[in-house]
Amino acid sequence: MEANLTGTGRLPAAFLTPGSSSFLDFLSAHQPELLPGRRTLPEGLTVEAPHGTTIVSAVFDGGVVIAGDRRATMGNVIAQRDIEKVFPADEYSAVGIAGTAGLAVEMVRLFQLELEHYEKIEGTVLSLEGKANRLTTMIRSNLAMAMQGLAVVPIFAGYDLDLGRGRIFTYDVTGGRSEERGFAATGSGSVFARGSMKKLYRDDLTAEQAATLAVQALYDAADDDSATGGPDLARKIFPIVSVITEDGFERLSEERVSQIAVSITDQRREHPNGPQAPLL
Amino acid sequence: MSTPFYVSPQQAMADRAEYARKGIARGRSVVVLTYADGIVFVAENTSRALHKVSEIYDKIAFAAVGRYNEFENLRIGGVRYADLRGYSYDRADVTARGLANVYAQTLGTIFSSVGEKPYEVELVVAEVGRTGEDDQIYRLTPDGSVVDEKNYVAIGGSSDSIGSYLGQRHRGGMGLAEALRIAVDGLARDPNGGAARTLTPGQLEVAVLDRQRFQQRKFKRILGSQLERLLSGDETAAAEDQAADDSE
Repeated sequence: MEANLTGTGRLPAAFLTPGSSSFLDFLSAHQPELLPGRRTLPEGLTVEAPHGTTIVSAVFDGGVVIAGDRRATMGNVIAQRDIEKVFPADEYSAVGIAGTAGLAVEMVRLFQLELEHYEKIEGTVLSLEGKANRLTTMIRSNLAMAMQGLAVVPIFAGYDLDLGRGRIFTYDVTGGRSEERGFAATGSGSVFARGSMKKLYRDDLTAEQAATLAVQALYDAADDDSATGGPDLARKIFPIVSVITEDGFERLSEERVSQIAVSITDQRREHPNGPQAPLL
Repeated sequence: MSTPFYVSPQQAMADRAEYARKGIARGRSVVVLTYADGIVFVAENTSRALHKVSEIYDKIAFAAVGRYNEFENLRIGGVRYADLRGYSYDRADVTARGLANVYAQTLGTIFSSVGEKPYEVELVVAEVGRTGEDDQIYRLTPDGSVVDEKNYVAIGGSSDSIGSYLGQRHRGGMGLAEALRIAVDGLARDPNGGAARTLTPGQLEVAVLDRQRFQQRKFKRILGSQLERLLSGDETAAAEDQAADDSE
C-alpha cells in the first residue's frame, strides 16, 4: 500500500479504519520504516554519532523546571556547541534528552506528534502518567539500537493537572521508567549534577530558585565532565531552561538564563566550587 | 436466473447523488465564514461530545454535516494524513489544498464505485492564512467535487437559503461577534419563510482558526461564558477574552 503523500489519489483504507488514537501504532502498521528505532544495523558493529549529555530537572512549589547544557560530543571532539536538548512535549510537559542526538531529536518529534495526535483524535488530553507511558513504548522499541551504541535516555517532566504539582520521570535504555522525588539528572554529567543538587535542593524552592539550581547543577556537571558544556560567555551560548506550571510550558528567555548564568559564573570566580553547604 | 434490469450510467449516478443529497438534507447546517482575525465555524449541534467542527492541523480545520460515522472516519483519516505528511516533510508542507484534494479523490472514488454506498456527507476544509487574502475555504460534496469558496459557505440541509443570506450580510474585516451573529441568524432562519428560531449557546458548536493566536496551533473552541458574551454582542469583553488567550 502506498503512503500516498503526494496529495493525489484516495486515502488508503488504513487511514479510514477507526480504532487506534495513537500515531505510533498507525505508523507501525502503515509505514514502519519511518519509526526511529526500526533501522537494522549490521551485527556486532557499534556506530559512533554525536552524543548529547546532561539534563537536569527539579520540582518546585507549583511546577517543575527542566534544563540541559548545549554540548554534543563525538568521542573527544565537540560536535556541536549549541545543540538543543530540552523540548516541549505538549502544553504541560517537556522532554529532555541525553544520548544519540540524531535519534533523540527524531524521537522527540515523534513523541510530540503522538501527544498532539491523540489530543486531536480523542478531543481530550492524555494524563501525565499516560504521556510518560507513551514515551516508555518509544524507548523500548529502540533497545536494539541502544545495544549498538545508539541509546536515548530522556527525562520527562510535566505538570500534573489532576494532582496539581510538577512531576519528573526518568528512563533507562530498556524503557524502564521511575518517578523521581525532588530532582533528577541524566546523561554523562548526571553524576556530578546530582551531587550538586543533593547539596542545594530544598523542597520550598520558588520557580526562580529552581532555575538557578538547575544552572548550578549544569555548571558542576560541566566542571567535572568533559562531555558537558558550561555557559559559553564568549559565544553567548547558555543552557536551555524550561519551566512548567499550571499556566503551561515556558522556555525562559535567553536574557533571563544569561543573567542567571552570569551571576553564577561571577560567584564561581570567588568560590570555584560553588555555594558551600554547612557541615552539620 | 433472471436477467438484471439495465440501468443507464446517468441514471445510476443520478440515483446515487439523490441518495446522498437526501441523507445530508436531514441534518442541521454548518456555517463557515471569514472575519478580521481568521475563520469562524458555527454548527448547530446540541452534543458536547460528537463534534461537527474539528482541528486537523496547525492552521487547518474541518467542518462536516451528514452521517456522523462517515465524516468522523474522514476526519480521522485527515488528521492521520496531515500528521504523517508533517512528520515526513515539515509542518509548513501540510496545506488545506492538499487535504481537500485527498478528500475529493476519496469521496469521488467511493461515489463512483458500485461496491460501496456513496457517503452522505458534505465537508468544509479551511485554512487560515497570514492575512485575510490568504484564507482558504474548500467545500466538498459527496461526489468528490471541490468548490473553492470565498469568505463564507454553508453546508447541510438548507445551505442554499443560508448561503444567500450570508452573501447579503458578510463584509470583509468584521469582528468575531458580528461574524458570529450573522452565522447564527443564518442558521436560525426558516428556509420556508416562517419565523426564525432562537438558538441558545447550548445548541451551538463554535470554533475559530485565529491567526493572531500566539501558539502554532491556531484552532480554538469557543465555549461557555466567552460564547455567551460574544452572542450577546459584547464585542469588548469578548475581545479581552481573546487578548488574554493570545498572550498565553
